[in-house]
Amino acid sequence: MTFNIDKVRSDFPILQTKINGKPLVYLDNGATTQKPQSVIDAITDYYTHSNANIHRGTHHLSNVATEAHENARKTVQAYINAAHDHEVIFTRSTTESVNLVAFSFGQAFVKPGDEVIVTAMEHHSNFVPWQMMCERQGAKFRVVPFDEKGDLRLDILANMLNEKTRILAFNHVSNSLGTINPAKQIIQMAHEAGVAVLVDAAQSVQHIEHDVQALDADFYAFSGHKIYGPTGIGVLYGKEKWLDALPPYQGGGEMIDIVTETHTTYNKLPFKFEAGTPNVVGPIGLAVAIEYLNQFDFDEIREHEDDVLEYGRERLNEIPGLTIYGNSEHRTSILAFNITGIHHYDLGTLLDTQGIAVRTGHHCTQPVMAALGVDGTVRASLGIYNTKAEIDAMIEAIYKVRKMLGR
Amino acid sequence: MPSIDKIQAEIVEEFSFLPEWDERYAYLIELGQKMSPLAAAYRTEENIVRGCQSTVWLHRECQDGKVLLQSDSDSLIVKGLAALLMKVYSGQSPEDILQVDLSFFEETGLDKHLSSQRANGLRAMIDEIKAFAVKCAAGEV
Repeated sequence: MTFNIDKVRSDFPILQTKINGKPLVYLDNGATTQKPQSVIDAITDYYTHSNANIHRGTHHLSNVATEAHENARKTVQAYINAAHDHEVIFTRSTTESVNLVAFSFGQAFVKPGDEVIVTAMEHHSNFVPWQMMCERQGAKFRVVPFDEKGDLRLDILANMLNEKTRILAFNHVSNSLGTINPAKQIIQMAHEAGVAVLVDAAQSVQHIEHDVQALDADFYAFSGHKIYGPTGIGVLYGKEKWLDALPPYQGGGEMIDIVTETHTTYNKLPFKFEAGTPNVVGPIGLAVAIEYLNQFDFDEIREHEDDVLEYGRERLNEIPGLTIYGNSEHRTSILAFNITGIHHYDLGTLLDTQGIAVRTGHHCTQPVMAALGVDGTVRASLGIYNTKAEIDAMIEAIYKVRKMLGR
Repeated sequence: MPSIDKIQAEIVEEFSFLPEWDERYAYLIELGQKMSPLAAAYRTEENIVRGCQSTVWLHRECQDGKVLLQSDSDSLIVKGLAALLMKVYSGQSPEDILQVDLSFFEETGLDKHLSSQRANGLRAMIDEIKAFAVKCAAGEV
């Protein structure tokens, strides 16, 4: 289907909301995206017609629910081009996906004196789990810095990679700068050094290329709620050889094969990593969200979002005293800024009263804020349904705030 | 010293003359700017009440059975909210601070700043004031 912005906007019922009598301008898609009607309907439909526990019932509903759940896994597999559907593990969130790998990989492969590398532009969710793992395993935690434009220092990374390095974790897109990291190149560098790689795709899978085999990622994590699907569902992709080699993360139902008083053997992939009754409806909603995106040529979505992003940068740059953070030439979806003399909380609050939803603060990236020398920023983050008219509304609202605050 | 409830009623009345959001915030910011500045000696690490996004300083004293407070913030809106809290609480007895319900935030529509509790440290500030009132009443400070 051709990408038609008016049609897209009409697919998301929440966009009709009014705040203080003004139309909602939702620019907090980096935090969570809104849901199209088809996703909302799929969730209601599941609980209305199909609800049952899965993988174990002999009854009709259990079979229906199991099939829907497992079909959803295939939809995710196809979207990220995984080689096998059992390489797609359902988790609670990107955060849980990262924690799973940090825990299980650490236990299996990281010894005292080994090294783990992350970057200074990671979300805390792809930073703290590795730091915790390094503390547990007695490994060294190393951080790749970024330059003043917001690009990773690949020269420094090249020097960091060595025979002691076990795993490298980095985000494909930075949630606070919008930088698109050269994932393919970074993964190749790591693999040449014999290092496994986890890609945090929470801010990329909905905006840019998302082919795990083309990237050659060993692990790839993202969240359903940031790609127009429900909250509480995350994905961990792992290459079969890695997932087979890792010990389970949590014990319980579903993940077992034979349990005796002396020993337990584990289920095959993906169930080995899915202990307990899973979030059954989450993957179903996620699959419908992916199908929603699949109706378009993905390049058209990207073109639209880039168009709005570049227009946003242009308009923001007109505002005196405004600094944009994140100036990589490879960028997507994020407009992060501050205005001299205006606290980000004040700007965010006064934009909210005008119906403009942005996020303010450190965006769960305190190391990034430290590197930028600020204690927070205002962040407008774009989604498929945002328009240039909404950018205009934000700019007008910013001018109003400046006037109110005498700036 | 007027009672906490009387001061709260005055605040609610003042805000009732300001139906538009921009007037309310302009007034709030003005209140913050008019608040007597916090002495440099009190802008200490110890006096920081941490919010996720803004920094608030809160100086506490217990004198002659009254709780005396001074405050400041790097955010103008939070500073305005702090000014309202100072107005209501500073100079009151610890018993009154602990007993009287804080109702003016809700009645002025400013309660959204309380609900986003991690964001601005306002909730933390109220908790700190009440904790200090307990100590003041017990003669521990």
